[in-house]
Amino acid sequence: MGDTSELLHTPLFDLHAELGGKMVPFAGYAMPVQYPLGVMKEHIHCRTQAGLFDVSHMGQVILRGESYDAIAQAFETLVPMDVLGLDQDKQRYGFFTNEDGGIEDDLMFANRGDHLFVVVNAACKDADIARMKEALEPDVTVEVIEDRALIALQGPSAGTALARLNASVDAMVFMDVATVELAGAECWVSRSGYTGEDGFEISVPNGHAEALCRALLEMEEVEPIGLGARDSLRLEAGLCLYGNDITTDTNPIEASLIWAIQKVRRAGGNREGGFPGASHIFGAMAEGVARKRVGLVPEGRAPMRAGTPIFASAEGGEPVGEVTSGGFGPTFNGPVAMGYVGTSYATIDTTLFGEVRGKRMPLKVAKMPLVPANFKR
Amino acid sequence: MKFTEEHEWLREEGDVIVVGITAHAAEQLGDIVFVELPEVGTEVTKDDEVCVIESVKAASDILAPLDGEITEVNEALVDEPGKINEDAIGDAWFFKVKAADKSQMDDYMDEAAYNAFIG
Repeated sequence: MGDTSELLHTPLFDLHAELGGKMVPFAGYAMPVQYPLGVMKEHIHCRTQAGLFDVSHMGQVILRGESYDAIAQAFETLVPMDVLGLDQDKQRYGFFTNEDGGIEDDLMFANRGDHLFVVVNAACKDADIARMKEALEPDVTVEVIEDRALIALQGPSAGTALARLNASVDAMVFMDVATVELAGAECWVSRSGYTGEDGFEISVPNGHAEALCRALLEMEEVEPIGLGARDSLRLEAGLCLYGNDITTDTNPIEASLIWAIQKVRRAGGNREGGFPGASHIFGAMAEGVARKRVGLVPEGRAPMRAGTPIFASAEGGEPVGEVTSGGFGPTFNGPVAMGYVGTSYATIDTTLFGEVRGKRMPLKVAKMPLVPANFKR
Repeated sequence: MKFTEEHEWLREEGDVIVVGITAHAAEQLGDIVFVELPEVGTEVTKDDEVCVIESVKAASDILAPLDGEITEVNEALVDEPGKINEDAIGDAWFFKVKAADKSQMDDYMDEAAYNAFIG
């Protein structure tokens, strides 16, 4: 375990300690990597019942301006998403691009009527906030939310559990956003998450975070889940970890994230381009890319972790790709991975070889998600 | 039973030494998901990397605690690596080694010393 004394604490730090969380440094914060249940059982619990995650290290930002449309138009200069056409009280996945068409960070944004609510990754939040301030102010103001924790309740029983605190959440479907009173606090709730399961992300005032978590943890189906299981859950779900699977050097087409760029922003769309790196991204769309992000399933039992080189044959030759995230998938019940391979090797069921400890072992290109998603549509 | 600073336990069984990892090590590693065992008949030298274990978190090596020959390996661990977390010091032994020089055992800690070592 690393030295966690210099690290930032979320409002739930004391609760993690009380629950027996094993704290590790993550993006400058002391965060629980696991609880006494352990990564494997936490993962399975989240897939079969409900898991509670502290994601307060992530950045919460509100953009305000003259009108939603004015904010949306400004935000569209930073992201290749349809922000303007997003219905009120709906959320969407997106990412900031750079001038080369690479990805600076991925994020969630929600239309809250008079403002845009944005959630960004912990490790990138300072750069993201600076980017937004520079590009958007003074017409749009960038308000960093420091007085709220962010928790996620994920799993097939998440809906039942949260509805006990406020029945109105029952009516929400995937990517709906609402302001809801939970355990006496005004919470901003979205029906979303990053596990491939149904569930919620809940922004709660710092002073109420622990009480809300305790109210949820009292319920039989809810267990606290650490970052270890969060990683294996998102990996099985085929979701990218920024910094591993998508970086400033990967463009969205290589990253198989073309679905996240709505038609209206693509070449020929009504509001085509106008975001950083648009010409590179449109070029990649038109001409194709040399490599693609794919799901990978090692055929043996040995996990293939990030950095594992991928070859086309069992012997000789240069690498044709690399694993960017890999480990053991408790629900999949075997090793799972994702990574980049040359486009000619990216067809589902292609057999390739990952080199682990000097030995090449077969793996297959597989359709993502590796475990079917279970959203409430 | 003897213990190494690498968190292995060694149990003398006739003319072979049975080797596994301690419950403390298993707990530190987290859920173990993969084990690669040496081949029976391999001649090993003390500190050779003879096994690989992978947990949900990371890969680690098991070192040969003594010079000798691997006489038997616990194939059951390959199909059920989780046994190591459940019963590290019992059923979940890794391999048996016929020691070339049993006096190498004298270098290792007894249970009280190991418990003090892990604090």
